[in-house]
Amino acid sequence: MSAAPQMLASARARAKRRAIAPSRGGRPWTFYVLAALFTFYVVALYGPMICIYILSFQDVRGGLVFPMKGLSLHWFVDLFTQVRTGDVKGAFDRSIKLAILVTAITVVVSFMAAMAFRRRFPGDNIVFAMMIGSLVAPGLVLGIGVGLLFNAIGIDTSWYGSALGAQLSWTLPFGVLVMFAVMSRFDPAWEEAARDLGATAWQRIRLVIIPVLAPGLVAVALFGFTLSYDEFARTLQTAGPQNTLPLEIWSMTLNVTSPSLYALGTVTTIISFVIIGAALGTIVLIQKRRGARARAH
Amino acid sequence: MTLSRPLVSWLYVSPLMLVLIPFFVLPILVVLVASVFETDGFGSLIPTFTLANYANVLTSGLTFNLYFETVKFTVLTWFFTLILGFFVAYFLVFHVRNQLLAIGLFLICTVPFWTSNIIRMISWIPLLGKEGLINSALLHLGFIHEPLGFLLYSSFAVVVAYVHQLTIFMVVPIFNSMARIDKRVVEAAFDVGASRFDIMRLIIVPLSKSGIALGSIFVVSIVMGDFFVTKVMSGGGSASVVGAFYEDISVLQYPSAAASAVVLTLVLMATISLILRTVDIRKEITR
Repeated sequence: MSAAPQMLASARARAKRRAIAPSRGGRPWTFYVLAALFTFYVVALYGPMICIYILSFQDVRGGLVFPMKGLSLHWFVDLFTQVRTGDVKGAFDRSIKLAILVTAITVVVSFMAAMAFRRRFPGDNIVFAMMIGSLVAPGLVLGIGVGLLFNAIGIDTSWYGSALGAQLSWTLPFGVLVMFAVMSRFDPAWEEAARDLGATAWQRIRLVIIPVLAPGLVAVALFGFTLSYDEFARTLQTAGPQNTLPLEIWSMTLNVTSPSLYALGTVTTIISFVIIGAALGTIVLIQKRRGARARAH
Repeated sequence: MTLSRPLVSWLYVSPLMLVLIPFFVLPILVVLVASVFETDGFGSLIPTFTLANYANVLTSGLTFNLYFETVKFTVLTWFFTLILGFFVAYFLVFHVRNQLLAIGLFLICTVPFWTSNIIRMISWIPLLGKEGLINSALLHLGFIHEPLGFLLYSSFAVVVAYVHQLTIFMVVPIFNSMARIDKRVVEAAFDVGASRFDIMRLIIVPLSKSGIALGSIFVVSIVMGDFFVTKVMSGGGSASVVGAFYEDISVLQYPSAAASAVVLTLVLMATISLILRTVDIRKEITR
């Protein structure tokens, strides 16, 4: 009997501490500490970038630091017209074409590799180890290796040849890892059902697997595009005579000390945002269409 | 027509192999071969076997310094990205109650990942410089009387730039493994009187291990393989292993560069396999 109040008190104490548990009670002190940390993280993440976007809109007197001097598009015009800053327009053009190529190959090849990895097969560990190796190998070393290899067999390095391959050695392992995560949510029963209904292997892929995995494939495409569009170390020694955009930015960081550099940052970020928007939009569209079709049935 | 299962699987991975063999396996072999050749000093390789390149790399005091600097930046970056990434993920998973809000905040964290790394790095210059925002703010408030020099073009700036770029590589995998922790386990621990610290130590950390390992692999391999951030943000004050490799290449010293690259790759692979030993990544991802 005498133990009862004691138990009640300790239960109350426990209930108080339980506050950390997600769905009930008041906010514990850790919430406020972590919320402050999170806010700090987001501010530090975006703050500097927002600074350079603002600074890129200065006029001709503009410098690399605040305060803001005037307001104009001078440095954007400068970026695309000045010879001093190199062939920015061409680099843009090549980088986007290369990124599109890399994206297409990454989506198809990662999807196929992930299909293979759904079950064990002889030698799968070797393939997996090669993938991880390719992912973590120092990019510049791999780039030099590709450059020397092309030299040895007498092929010129170019952005659409050696650089394309070097970038794929980085985007593919990434893409396959993302596909693994996507595939883990695919219920094999759906494919079994299609098989029982007499679907051929190709029909199962085309009518069941690809539609179900479509949002994941868009995510892989987004990875492929941005990893390629931003790739530097592997491209540096393999791009040949014509620069891609990150190489152009790299040479600008070493030579250019005007807000053109910031203007380039603003432009590439706008392109990145357009790509992210397009990818997210596609995913939402797929989900919506799926929802509409589910309601129609 | 039915094909045997292993054959079908190999057909599926064959395109991957067609990329990895010419663009990963062969280049690494080329570097390995170049590392035991001699050079005529003008960029041509002389195919005579020598271990002199390795002897030079391994006995040079410079090598020790380079590795010391690189390992220093790797450890510092790993430490700060882990702490920051872990608590950001923890906050999102266990403290934000509204699922939609948590996903929204998570997306906010990931958006900068899709923008240019180089641009994100140089964006620290207007903040950290002698005339930058932080120095002017501190001067204005009267905390300091002359600009702090260590903010930019220093080891501090290098670590800031790395942490800024790479924390996301910790947040995403840790968030992923934490989101799979059954909340009832945490509640049960509370009910039997576990302290907040015990829950962190005995439940959250062990169950997030795979995410921590995956994030660590990304961060360690990127920092060890990078020379760009160290070069720009240290203002030339610090060197890195890959940076020295790049210098060697630009003066056509291929064999010694290759030897140093092989040593670096071995060190990196050893580190990664140590991390991999703590967790079965493949099982974790496909689970």
